[in-house]
Amino acid sequence: MERSRRAAAQPRAAATAGVALALGTAALILGTALVGTRRQSQLARVRSDPDGAPPAARRAVAGDRVLTGNAVRINRPRQELYAFWRDVANLPRFMENVREVRPLGDGRSEWTIAAPMGASVTLRTEVTEERAGELIAWRTLEGSDVAAEGRVSFRDAPGGRGSIVAATIAYEPPGGELGRWIAKLFGREPQVQGRRELRRFKMLMETGEIATAENHKDESRPAESPDESHADETHRDESRDEPRKADTP
Amino acid sequence: MRALTWHGTHDVRVETMPDPGIVNPRDAVIEVTSTAICGSDLHLYDGVIPGMMAGDILGHEFMGRVVEVGRKSTLKVGQRVVVPFTISCGSCYFCERQQYSACDNSNPVAKQDLTEPLYGHAMSGLFGYSHLTGGYPGGQAEYVRVPFSDVGPIVIEDDALEDERVLFLSDILPTGWMAAENADIAEGDIVAVWGCGPVGLFAVQSALLMGAGRVIAIDHYPHRLELARGLGAEVIDFEQTAVLEALMEMTGGIGPDAVIDAVGTEAHGFSIDNFLDTVKQHTLGGADSGHALREAILACRKGGRISVPGVYGGFLDKFPLGALMEKGLQLRTGQTHVQRYSRDLLRRIGAGEIDTTFLISHRLPLEAAPTGYRNFHDRQNEWTKVVLKPGQSGEMPRRSAGPDR
Repeated sequence: MERSRRAAAQPRAAATAGVALALGTAALILGTALVGTRRQSQLARVRSDPDGAPPAARRAVAGDRVLTGNAVRINRPRQELYAFWRDVANLPRFMENVREVRPLGDGRSEWTIAAPMGASVTLRTEVTEERAGELIAWRTLEGSDVAAEGRVSFRDAPGGRGSIVAATIAYEPPGGELGRWIAKLFGREPQVQGRRELRRFKMLMETGEIATAENHKDESRPAESPDESHADETHRDESRDEPRKADTP
Repeated sequence: MRALTWHGTHDVRVETMPDPGIVNPRDAVIEVTSTAICGSDLHLYDGVIPGMMAGDILGHEFMGRVVEVGRKSTLKVGQRVVVPFTISCGSCYFCERQQYSACDNSNPVAKQDLTEPLYGHAMSGLFGYSHLTGGYPGGQAEYVRVPFSDVGPIVIEDDALEDERVLFLSDILPTGWMAAENADIAEGDIVAVWGCGPVGLFAVQSALLMGAGRVIAIDHYPHRLELARGLGAEVIDFEQTAVLEALMEMTGGIGPDAVIDAVGTEAHGFSIDNFLDTVKQHTLGGADSGHALREAILACRKGGRISVPGVYGGFLDKFPLGALMEKGLQLRTGQTHVQRYSRDLLRRIGAGEIDTTFLISHRLPLEAAPTGYRNFHDRQNEWTKVVLKPGQSGEMPRRSAGPDR
């Protein structure tokens, strides 16, 4: 009896992890008006909190929605960062599991996100608020697997030290706390995923590429820069292909 | 390609690994002509640095010939370059201020999670030095992929400068130089240096070039002390002499104006604190052994400076914070901002102001690297520095003109 219950729980756990993964990746992007707006927007609610700290730094969030946030300082002007982010086709270049973002017009887009075991999840989002050079906010459209809302803000760092880009997401963890815990085991907890994606964004904006210790290209990833298709014009010393004179004993 | 890989404590092997290629636009691939075993490689060899995985390629002191460049690299195929052990993007806040070893963008994002909880911020990328610093394949190999090749490598235009005269620009020479710079030496200062390994010896040399009046070097290997004496230092053998008392006598009770800990986390010695540290290091992990640093802090004069080029990775017990505060000491440390010093030090080498070749005791083919590690570890008196030559055949280590008897 105990065993059969555990067996039944397994596929559900995997599915939960899959959705959480998708969510994590999409974390910076989405938003959902939790279907039918049963309550007030989580973001709107926490933004009215009394202290000056970012809402996501609060120790706990009551209720069943989780709020997560990250900020990163980037050594580039905010207009440039905003413009890059606003072109949603750029996003797969630094969002690990996002395979494609297709603009549908009117601020709506369709996201294809890789999930474990070769599966993929499709989400539709719409922009709910936008201020040029400052802010982009989204939510998922009704009928999406994942219910969440998010915003990314761009502001000047003090002292002329670039910009601070902050992303905040409120979401309903798939599978509740258990789902969140499972996703954490997979390293796909939205807080972690969100932080990593902002840092990849920073790398791409500051250096033009995303650091990797791999010695070979991952061909399954989209190119990081638009003209990457010409990357094979690397210059090579052909003599390298011949065996070294005093090679291995 | 052939490469030296790590498999566990005191287990390194030369194996065939896939050749690296260009991955990012600013990359270059270097064919290694000379590479060295660093004292800090011995911490990996001893298994006291976490974040190593079987099969990791070691080595962070290397130079060679450019064989392939990405389209945004500024290097040209065929150029001779020395590669800094620190990987730096050149465009983040820290690199712009020449704090290259604090680069925000060189440690791959997922790897940043390994050190951020420990240090509050993630470490930057380094070659061949565990996954804490990115897991980058290192330079004890025939070929290395060098990221941000437009920022790091320094081109050696003058073919008359042999590899051995410039190889140490990759790490230990700028590290010794920065150690002396961090000691903020004024004309006539007395500077004490713990550890006469390569970094300690270069710190001795640098301190004298910066105007130190006297440099006192501390170690227990007679040959290493001899090298320090040869550079112009007075020496203390800590096995024969009580170091604190000696330093107080030699400075008339004042203590050295600046002290340099070029030992780091695996201090030798017979003190009780060292014994306890060693036990913890080998049972709990993550514990640093810091006898040299404690002694240096106690010796330092009031209002003096402490410079720490020695590597520490975790937590140190019985740290004399009271002495630091009550004596008003300043402490400066950090991984070396290699790129900041490359040009100036290359010029000084070219002008004959700095010679680094005196350090090299052994030259081996890459194939004999495990022998090099074993001896560099077990016979520190004679094996002061090992240079490996990839592409050279021969199983038998070549005996060189070192002090080996």
